Amino acid sequence: MRIGVDVGGTNTDAVLIDGSLVVASTKQPTTADVSSGVAAAITAVLSKAETSPATVTAVMIGTTHFTNALVERRHLDRVGVIRLASPSGEALPPLTGWPDALAAGIGRDYFLLPGGYEVDGREISPFDEGKVRAAAKACRERGITSIAVSSAFAPINAAMEDRAADILRQEHPEAEISLSHAVGRLGLIERENGVILNAALASLARHVIASFERALRELGLSAPLYISQNDGTLISAAYAARYPVMTIGSGPTNSMRGAAFLTGVQDGIVMDVGGTTCDIGVLAHGFPRESSIAVDIGGVRTNFRMPDILAIGLGGGTRIHLNEGDLRIGPDSVGYRITQDAFLFGGDTLTTSDIAVAAGKASFGDAARVPDLGPAKLAGIWTRIQTMLADGVDRMKTARGDATIIAVGGGHFLVSDDLKGAATVIRPPHADVANAVGAAIAQIGAQIEQIVDYAALPRETALARLKQDATARVVAAGGAPDTIEIVDMEEVFLSYLPGRSAQVRMKAVGDLAAKGEIRHAH
Amino acid sequence: MRIDRTALADLARGAAFLGSGGGGDPYYGLLLAEAALERTGGFDLISPSDLADDALVAPCGWIGAPTVSVEKLPNGGETVAGLRRLEQIMGRRIDAVLPVEIGGGNGLAPFIAAAELGVPVVDCDGMGRAFPESQMVIFNVRGVSACPSVLTAACGSLAVIETDNNLTHERIARGLSVALGGIAHMVEYPLTGTQAKHQSIPGSVSAAIAIGAAIRTARTERRDPFEALATALRATGLYPHCLTLFDGKITDLERETRGGFSIGKVVIDGFGGDGQMEVLFQNENLVARLNSEVRAMVPDLITIMDRETADTITTERLKYGQRVKVIAASAPSMLREPAALALMGPGAFGFDPAFTPIETLNNIEGA
Repeated sequence: MRIGVDVGGTNTDAVLIDGSLVVASTKQPTTADVSSGVAAAITAVLSKAETSPATVTAVMIGTTHFTNALVERRHLDRVGVIRLASPSGEALPPLTGWPDALAAGIGRDYFLLPGGYEVDGREISPFDEGKVRAAAKACRERGITSIAVSSAFAPINAAMEDRAADILRQEHPEAEISLSHAVGRLGLIERENGVILNAALASLARHVIASFERALRELGLSAPLYISQNDGTLISAAYAARYPVMTIGSGPTNSMRGAAFLTGVQDGIVMDVGGTTCDIGVLAHGFPRESSIAVDIGGVRTNFRMPDILAIGLGGGTRIHLNEGDLRIGPDSVGYRITQDAFLFGGDTLTTSDIAVAAGKASFGDAARVPDLGPAKLAGIWTRIQTMLADGVDRMKTARGDATIIAVGGGHFLVSDDLKGAATVIRPPHADVANAVGAAIAQIGAQIEQIVDYAALPRETALARLKQDATARVVAAGGAPDTIEIVDMEEVFLSYLPGRSAQVRMKAVGDLAAKGEIRHAH
Repeated sequence: MRIDRTALADLARGAAFLGSGGGGDPYYGLLLAEAALERTGGFDLISPSDLADDALVAPCGWIGAPTVSVEKLPNGGETVAGLRRLEQIMGRRIDAVLPVEIGGGNGLAPFIAAAELGVPVVDCDGMGRAFPESQMVIFNVRGVSACPSVLTAACGSLAVIETDNNLTHERIARGLSVALGGIAHMVEYPLTGTQAKHQSIPGSVSAAIAIGAAIRTARTERRDPFEALATALRATGLYPHCLTLFDGKITDLERETRGGFSIGKVVIDGFGGDGQMEVLFQNENLVARLNSEVRAMVPDLITIMDRETADTITTERLKYGQRVKVIAASAPSMLREPAALALMGPGAFGFDPAFTPIETLNNIEGA
C-alpha cells in the first residue's frame, strides 16, 4: 500500500491507496513545523485503515512550499550567480527581466566569467580557474551560501559547470551549489533563471525535506520517501532537497491527475479550491494542458514543462471585507488559521466558508455563530464568489460552449452546481483530497540520454530502439507496460563529432502498476 | 510615432508571427530592446517619406542559427561597433536604421542601434517576414548592393565585406558567422533615403505592432486570439489572407545546426486521427504538407503557434508534445512577383519552383 500526502499552505491531506483503491483519507491542518502535520495525517490514515506502518511500501509527498516561497518571496536565500560565457551574454546579465522586488531579495551578486562552449564544441573562451576562485571567495566573504552556476551550451557539454563546482567546493565548502544543466535545456536565460530560483530555495529545501523525513522516522515508517515533481513523476527526497525547483509545478499536476483518476474524465476543467487560492487547469485528452512557451514562476520566465494553471485568490479561508463601503473578497486569506479565525469556528473573521454555510451551500462548523447579514447581502456575496470563479473558468476555456467541471480540493463547495459556463459540475468521492490522491498515483518516469551516430544507424531505427529502452526502464522501475508513453524527446546534433551524431534525450512515463512497487527513482 | 514599452512588446509579439518560425528569438530580442529603452526613454518610428532623399539609412540584424541565438547571447558592443565602422567607410553619419527583416527577434534589432546612435527607426523592412538567407531581400530584387557590409561578433571580431554580387556576400557572411560561433550582427544594404522610400516593404514595423496589439487585446478581452490575428493581418493591407492549416500535437522533431542554419522538420499529429502535418524548415518554416499534400509554401508565411494562447513558437523553441496550430498567411504581394520568387520562392530552397499561393492551395473564398 502507498501513502500520498499533499502538504499545502492550509491543510495537509493524506490518502492510503491499495492498488487503485482509496482505502482511507484525512485532512489535517498544516502545522508551523510541517513535520507534525505530516505525522498526524499519516497516523490518521493508518488508524482509519487499521493497518500498521509495515504495510506501507512507499510514501509520496507533494508540496507547494517551494512555489509559495517564490510567489510570496519568503524564506529565500541570497544567491551568488556565476555565469561562464563571457564575452558573450554581457548584454543580458543574470536576473534580466526579473521583478525588482524578487531580484532585490535574491541579491544581484553575479559574476560574468570567461567560458562556455560554442555550438560546434569549441570554447567561447577558456575557463579561468583564478577568476572562479575569486568569485567563490567573494561569495564567502559576503556571506552568500547558495551559488548558481550557468554556462553557455551546458546541456550539450557540462564540463565547465562541473569544474566550477569543484573549485567552489574547495574554496567555499559550506556553499550549496546548483548547476544549470541539471534543471533545464537549451535557452540560456530560462535555464539560468531556473537554476537561480533553485539556489534561492536551498536552505528551505533542506529544512522542509528533513522535516518530512523526521515525520516518517518518528512514525516508524521505513518505506522510501518520494517527492512529486512538475511532470507528475517522482524524485527521491535526497534529490528534491538539492533540486527543489523540480517540484514547483507538482501541486496543480497532482490535483489534476487526481481529479482525472477519481472521475475518469478525459477532457474538462479542473478547479482545485484550497484555503487561499483556486487553481484552474485544463485536462485535454487525459493530460494536464501544458503551456508551450514559457512558465512564469513568481514573475520569472523559465522553460520548465508544467501544467498551464490560472490561480485566483479565492479559497475557503479567503476574507470577506464588508466594512469598506463596498464588498471586497480577498485576496487575503486566514489560511490554516481558519479553524480558529472563521466565525463558524468561534473566531471573528468573515470568510468565504462562513458565507457558504450561512447560505446553505455547505454544512460544517457552527452556522449559528455566523453573523446575520440578511438574505440580500448573503446572496450578493455568494453571487460575487460565483462570478469570480466563472470568470476564471472562462479565461482558461479554449472552446466556446459549456465545459465539464471537476471540483476538487477542501474548498470545492465554493463551486456551485449551476456555475456559469459549466455543462456539469462533478464532485468525485475523495474530492477534498484529490491532491493527495494525485501524489499517491504518481507516475514512474525514466529518462535516457545517449549519443547516436545516424550514419551508423538510421534515425528511425535508433529512435525506436531508444523508445524501447526508455519504456523497458519504466517497466523495470515498476510502471504498468500498457500505460507507458514517450512524453519528451529532444535531439541535439553534435556537429563536432564524426558521422551524423546527435545527443538524444528521451523521457518515458507510465502509471505505477496496480500492485506494483517502485523499484528505483532518481 | 513614439515607441514605448507596450509598443515594443506588441512589436515582439507581432514580429514573432511574421518570422514564420525564424528571425531569431523574439523574447531575447525584446529583453535587449527593453534594456536599450531604459537607457534612452523611448524610440521614434518614422515613415519612409520623412527621410531626406540623400539620407544614409542602415538596415541591420542578426545572422546565424536560431538555436545558437538562445544560448550564445550578445555582448552588447557588436551593434554599435558595426554601425560606427559603416560610418567610417561612408565618411558620414547614419541618419536612420531599419530592420533587414521584420520577422522574429530581428524586427527589434534596429532599436538597439537606434538607442546607441540616437537616430530614428524607419517603418519598413526588406522582407515583410523573415528569410534564412540575406540575399532573399527586396533590396536585392530591386538591384541594391549589400555592400559595404559589416559583420561583428560577441568576442570583438569585426569583418568588412565588399563583394560585387549579393549572393557572394551571403556566402561570405554565412561562412564568417559559422567561424564566429554561429551568430553575428550584420549591417548590410546601406540605403539612400530614396531607396528606403521606393525599394522596401513599407509599413511593416507598424503592421507588426498592430498584429501584436490585436493578439494582446483579444487575450485581455477573452476573445479568440486567432480570429483577432486574422483580422489584424488583413487590416495591415500587406497580408490579405490567413487561415488555420492544422491543429494537433508535435510527435516528431528533427532539428540540426548545419552550415550556419537550423535545419529540420516537425511532424504534427491531428487530434482524433485527423491526419498528419509535416513542416520543413531552414531557420524559417518553408513548406507545410498535410498527408503529403502541400498546403503552404514559401514565401507565404507558415507559423506554428500555441493552440491556446496564440504565442508563436519559433523553430528553436519547438518541443516534442507541444499542442499547436499551424497558421498560414499570404506574403506581401511584392514577394510574389516573378523576380522576387526567383530569389525567395520554393525553387530557391530546392523545391519545385512553381509557386502556388495559399488561397489556391486551400480554396479560400473570394481569393
